[in-house]
Amino acid sequence: MNVEAWPKAAADVLPLMGNEAIARGAWEAGVKVAAAYPGTPSTEILESLSQYPASDLYAEWSTNEKVALDVAIGAALSGVRAIACMKHVGLNVASDSLMSMSYIGAHAGLVLIVCDDPGIHSSQNEQDTRLFARFAGVPVLEPSDAQEAYGFTRLAFDLSEQFDTPVIVRSTTRLSHTRSVVRVGDRVAPPSKGFVNAPGKTVTIPANARRLHPKLIEREAKLAAWFETSPLTRWEKGAATFGIVTGSTSYLYVKEIAPNASILKLGMAYPLPEATLRAFAASVDRLLVVEELEPALEAQIRALGLPAEGKVFFPRAGELSPELVRAGLAAAGLAEAAPAPVSIGIEPMARPPVLCAGCPHTGAFFALRGLEARVAGDIGCYTLAAVEPLRSIDTTICMGASIGNAVGMAAAGEKKPIVATIGDSTFLHSGIPPLINAVYNKANITVVILDNSITAMTGGQDHPGTGRGVRGDPAPKADYEAICRAVGVSWVRRVDPYDVGHMYQTLREAVVHKGVSVVISERPCVLDPVKIKGNPLAVSQERCVACQSCMNLGCPALIWSDALHEGRHKVAIDAAACIGCTLCAQVCPTDCIQPTVLA
Amino acid sequence: MSAVPEIETASATTASARTTNVMIVGVGGQGVLMISKALALIGQKQGLQVKQSEVHGMAKRGGVVFSHVRFGAEVWSPTICKGEADVLIALEWAEGLRWLEYLRPETGVFIADTRRIVPPFACRSRRRGATMAYARETPAEVIDKVSEGYALDAAAIATGLGESRAGNTVLLGVLSASMGVPVAEWLAVLEMLVPPKSRAINHKAFEAGRAWAEAAHNDSSLRFDAGFAADVTHADLPEVSVRLDINAAWCKGCDICVKLCPERCLALNEYQVAYLTAPQACTGCHVCEWLCPDFAIEVHTTQKVPMTVSE
Repeated sequence: MNVEAWPKAAADVLPLMGNEAIARGAWEAGVKVAAAYPGTPSTEILESLSQYPASDLYAEWSTNEKVALDVAIGAALSGVRAIACMKHVGLNVASDSLMSMSYIGAHAGLVLIVCDDPGIHSSQNEQDTRLFARFAGVPVLEPSDAQEAYGFTRLAFDLSEQFDTPVIVRSTTRLSHTRSVVRVGDRVAPPSKGFVNAPGKTVTIPANARRLHPKLIEREAKLAAWFETSPLTRWEKGAATFGIVTGSTSYLYVKEIAPNASILKLGMAYPLPEATLRAFAASVDRLLVVEELEPALEAQIRALGLPAEGKVFFPRAGELSPELVRAGLAAAGLAEAAPAPVSIGIEPMARPPVLCAGCPHTGAFFALRGLEARVAGDIGCYTLAAVEPLRSIDTTICMGASIGNAVGMAAAGEKKPIVATIGDSTFLHSGIPPLINAVYNKANITVVILDNSITAMTGGQDHPGTGRGVRGDPAPKADYEAICRAVGVSWVRRVDPYDVGHMYQTLREAVVHKGVSVVISERPCVLDPVKIKGNPLAVSQERCVACQSCMNLGCPALIWSDALHEGRHKVAIDAAACIGCTLCAQVCPTDCIQPTVLA
Repeated sequence: MSAVPEIETASATTASARTTNVMIVGVGGQGVLMISKALALIGQKQGLQVKQSEVHGMAKRGGVVFSHVRFGAEVWSPTICKGEADVLIALEWAEGLRWLEYLRPETGVFIADTRRIVPPFACRSRRRGATMAYARETPAEVIDKVSEGYALDAAAIATGLGESRAGNTVLLGVLSASMGVPVAEWLAVLEMLVPPKSRAINHKAFEAGRAWAEAAHNDSSLRFDAGFAADVTHADLPEVSVRLDINAAWCKGCDICVKLCPERCLALNEYQVAYLTAPQACTGCHVCEWLCPDFAIEVHTTQKVPMTVSE
């Protein structure tokens, strides 16, 4: 097999973040088409790919992960190497295409990068993509550091073509966002293979699909055989008599804690090399499996009849760490327990993330709270409005769920006004079909589209509503009002969320409208694409009566002043943080918040 | 049988040169990344393996930010274990305290900016005499608890130099005095990380930090800012009871008090008359009294007179 995991001659050495290394590997593999929807921790991969010349590759922010995968599939079937990048929950959206494509294969190299988020740093769950790969019958590679992230991605394209299969490269938050030195090589772009031209393969009518399924099963066996001797499987013989099967960043933790263990390092989590596993198990007196999240390796190894121990010692939920690996090995009697941590006796202060000072969502949700509505939320920065003091979101399920949820709430007979809140990028991602559904089924709901003209949560990416493409090029701009009217919404208003009174009044009118009403809250994000900083406001300490009504905005620029009124803290404004949005001045009952020059 | 060759790993023999662990912590937007990048470059220039790990996403929104930098002959884990950080650099006071347990108890060096970024979460009580839910430990107390600690108002030093945002560079200067790397290398790294127009000011900030640290190394009484003002507490305020009188005959159910009560403890009853839903939540701020268009609400506050026994 003529497949290399690493470049033979190191062309250069670069400090790269895991995601940048993945992008580099794809670029070197000659990828021609790259598509993604932003999602932490995967976002930087396409951002990084879009830094390579447009003559080398076409890159796009797609409207959602399924579209991204469909774009990549179209390119691969047309004969060029293609990549789609997403976070773990993005694969749920793209899964329909993946399940079919697993039957079809690849033609030119087709690689999915899926970044899991163990520990749920910035997601709604910590599902394990390795199980998804097995479900789809698609091989999944698991790099452990940036060097491997680069090498495995490069290799994934070769594998994809050799075995005619989509290949998943699974990263995790810790790998995606760790920077280390990477030896890189040169780009070798294979010529286009031309269109696949095999309708018996690429049209999944039942007659074809029935023939394709057994081929998928054969492919699985071939891949497993290849993995036996591939550079992805590494047997590191140690002095200890016990053996550990591991991969991904778990391998690094094992090396840190048990440098003497015999290790079978697997660069793939599915399918597994059976003969190697059996030989490894026979060479050790105890077989452990160290893996993050689900017992994906452990279950397969135990299914071979091998006495593997794993989740009995290592947690199934949360991110793994060297500490947890040490604790697990200690529980297994194979390592010394860590000394009990020395307590400093200081209770850490709570510092939950907050909406930025001047965030347009603050005005919208402050007004919404006054409405006492039942609110179905969605995914974006505005999930932060679910907690005090804004506390105006009842549910957050997943991308694009809010409008459908609201229809269900109305159908269930909920008495309160029913509102769905959804960001601009999320609306374009998966909010339009449920809006059509709501209109068609005559639901009595209000939809608030929070248009801040950016994909904010992930750090400010462009989307079809921003008027710019991934390379900063001008692009057609989606018109939300026109979209709503086109699908049959007759009641649409556009409001500036910096005008709280107007926002509140508009929402009150919207909820009494029979049928679907849409309020478009229009105001750009204060961070992206440009940082907005206006003249700060100040609180007149003479006139502040310490009612702290303004504190209900949850604005990080509002803090206590040292002065008291009737024993209660007056409020002050951090001038460095305040951008002058005036929301606090609008809610102040004594008009004591004014421009700095007047206060 | 397997065709995979067994590899004798070198890790057990070469791991003798111990890895240096540095944690940099702060609040989103403070420049944690600049310090960790500088450290990574310093490690790299010494020909060492470097791993630099951080978490993006939600943390950006004013939340907790931390970065782990590890360098040595061979670095495996991207993260540092509790009790194994050689240096902990905090760009914000309470954030430094949050991660103290990561410091090596016997040898760890703690470097903290005494600057406080108070989260809205810490100012959530409207009650009389409420105290801010912010760390109450003073630099003197904390420096006493760690093996080697430095606490300075880096942000103020930077502001004095004319660039309030260069506090992280001041801290880098302080750090440089604890590591055996020549000043020229630090300055070269700094040059790579800051834009040309702010090079001069960052250079000055670095020198100021280094000078502060050198003085503090020589005289341990200079290791913290003695003038650090702890929060005022108001435990001595007399207790007050609050009573809300709502004249039902005058209330027309306009909802103004309900919508504008800061504590959200008013509501309309079935007769569309305002009532207090949670008397214990009312702080007696008078807002409802002032805003009621029909003068239907009166707020009475009575000072509770403590029982005293006269001698």
